[in-house]
Amino acid sequence: MVKMRLTQAINAAYFEEMERNERIVLFGEDVEVSMFGDTRGLHARFGSGRVRNTPISESAMTGMAVGAAMAGTPTICHLMFSNFALTGFDGIANQAAKLRLMTGGQARLPVTFVAAIGAGTSTGAQHSDTPYPMFMNLGGINIAVPATPADAKGLMKSALRGFNPTIFLLPRVRGATAGEVSEDSDFLVPYGKASVLQEGTDITIVAIGSCVNHALRAAKALKEDGVSVELIDPRTLVPLDTDTIVASVRKTGRLVVADEARDRCSAASHIAAVVGDEAFSSLKAPIKRVTAPNIPMPYAPALERALLPDPEKIMAAAMLTMAG
Amino acid sequence: MSQSDLHHNFTPGPERLKAMLERMLLIRRTEEQLGADSRSGELPGNVHLCAGQEAIAVAVCDHLSDDDYVGSTHRGHGHFLAKGGSARSLIAEVHGKSSGACGGLGGSMHVTDLSKGMIGANGIVGGGIGLAAGAALSAQVAGQGQVAVAFFGDGASSQGILSEVMNIAVLWKLPLLLVCEYNGYSEFSASATVNAGLIADRARAFGMPTEVIDGNDLEAVWAVAAVAIDRARKGEGPSFIEAKTYRLRGHLEAEDGFLQAPYRSEGEIDQWRTRDPIPRLAQRLVELSALTATDIEALEANVAAEVKDALQFAHESEPPGMERVLSSVFVDQRP
Ligand SMILES: Cc1ncc(C[n+]2csc(CCOP(=O)(O)OP(=O)(O)O)c2C)c(N)n1
Ligand SMILES: [Mg+2]
Repeated sequence: MVKMRLTQAINAAYFEEMERNERIVLFGEDVEVSMFGDTRGLHARFGSGRVRNTPISESAMTGMAVGAAMAGTPTICHLMFSNFALTGFDGIANQAAKLRLMTGGQARLPVTFVAAIGAGTSTGAQHSDTPYPMFMNLGGINIAVPATPADAKGLMKSALRGFNPTIFLLPRVRGATAGEVSEDSDFLVPYGKASVLQEGTDITIVAIGSCVNHALRAAKALKEDGVSVELIDPRTLVPLDTDTIVASVRKTGRLVVADEARDRCSAASHIAAVVGDEAFSSLKAPIKRVTAPNIPMPYAPALERALLPDPEKIMAAAMLTMAG
Repeated sequence: MSQSDLHHNFTPGPERLKAMLERMLLIRRTEEQLGADSRSGELPGNVHLCAGQEAIAVAVCDHLSDDDYVGSTHRGHGHFLAKGGSARSLIAEVHGKSSGACGGLGGSMHVTDLSKGMIGANGIVGGGIGLAAGAALSAQVAGQGQVAVAFFGDGASSQGILSEVMNIAVLWKLPLLLVCEYNGYSEFSASATVNAGLIADRARAFGMPTEVIDGNDLEAVWAVAAVAIDRARKGEGPSFIEAKTYRLRGHLEAEDGFLQAPYRSEGEIDQWRTRDPIPRLAQRLVELSALTATDIEALEANVAAEVKDALQFAHESEPPGMERVLSSVFVDQRP
């Protein structure tokens, strides 16, 4: 085990997998300098053939990443902020997510799109989105949202060893979070397997991405109030480990879902719907969602703070649920 | 057409020309069958036929092997067959059968045969350009001398992705050939009303060898493609061909059902019929004393038999089941 930051863990995953599989290529805008630090050092190590700075051309980047993957080259397409996935959305939504089915299963698509998500640093509405609900609706693309350095490394390594298109979303406010990470070069985290961060009996909290840390703090405070929380981080939204979530709610009878996405058609609302379907008779209180309101994110720090999920909001939702 | 960047004096020779004539005929007769099946209501979806444009696909793909890549368009049957796909898998696919190229999950706009390097027709106008450029990147990294070709229409040239790809392809010297099939229309809009300036000039502005040619002259396409593909294989970077052509059928077969007024004149269509690349090449081979009327009959008979066999194959095949769908979304993962 070694302690590292989340972006360093992703960097380590790129290094290990690019060493292991010399066909992997990575490209994106300014990946040589690396604003987030996750691609730092790759160009010096692997050279201009495999690590390329691109022009600001997201349509070409996403389309080419899919074409290269289809032709057998595992490709990492670094999109910087997730909002920029939207200027290159065709390659993700119409090509990556559809081509395996449309080719009758001929195509294998080892392509990983990497982008940062989330608000909280006053970057304004065009650099603050958490757009995984849109991606969840595409039908044929995996989505990873790691909250810890270990999960970030293991999920990235699994994506790079697999043959399915993946959107790897890095919660930006978690980038500097440090944690213990395995140095085993075969350390992998599977897709579709939630992480149960703590077991409990009174209430289930499902937290995604940036909300995981908030939920940990809320759970700690709730414990002091005598409430035992079971905390689950799905880690991947496609595939989604609904079995673990449903089993937990059958045990606790209560559910709060914390998700930084806007509430309407969020991951939280989807999880609430699934639990409503599958564990209705176990529920002792209505399911609560802690999400962002259905508006673009304003710039001013106080407003950002007011609109985003935080430990207090998760705690308040949990207390309401406990009273229900 | 003032500038010639891909100058050449290669010729394919009569035997190769005859093989290409047969390929064009196979595309034409296969599509005639699919057109008839569409109009009779037998086909579930719609078909965009490439009748009149076959020479471009056939001449370009004659330079490619199964290891090279082709990205195509919504009008992709010709590219599919030219790249070595079979009439059986094409017709069965468009008929929605499990024996089709894509197991009946893709349909006319998505015919793909990766074993032949045909990375797919594409329902998104411009979509194939990005995929082909990515395949070119893969080829470059692999370093085995493979190339990729993107076919796209004059309408598609207005998509931003073409400009983005031209820029990157030149910067990275990708082994890519961009082939604009300029048939004068984007759906029902005349090209002049949707494209400013000359498309080839856009390619030249990126510093790419570019040539505007008569796309209905198979030998001309073949000769220019020879130079462009040779450059790409040698690592000299991308080229651009604008091939002037015309689609003799509608944008889609069903269009007579909804068009309220014609968008092009009968005279224009008749005029282009006289430039049909198939009789034109046949005539040329006759002039070269490489083909007789009996040879032409034999070619037609071969092709007719192949199409008949393919249609029967499609009719006898089963539609795909749900299991095929569920195993075709992800690799080793249920959706
Ligand atoms: C992104 C996108 N926009 C619009 C369409 C609808 N559409 C299908 S074909 C077509 C015209 C394409 O014209 P061109 O590229 O010249 O090809 P042609 O049909 O002439 O072969 C349009 C607009 C589409 N399929 N994809
Ligand atoms: Mg056109």
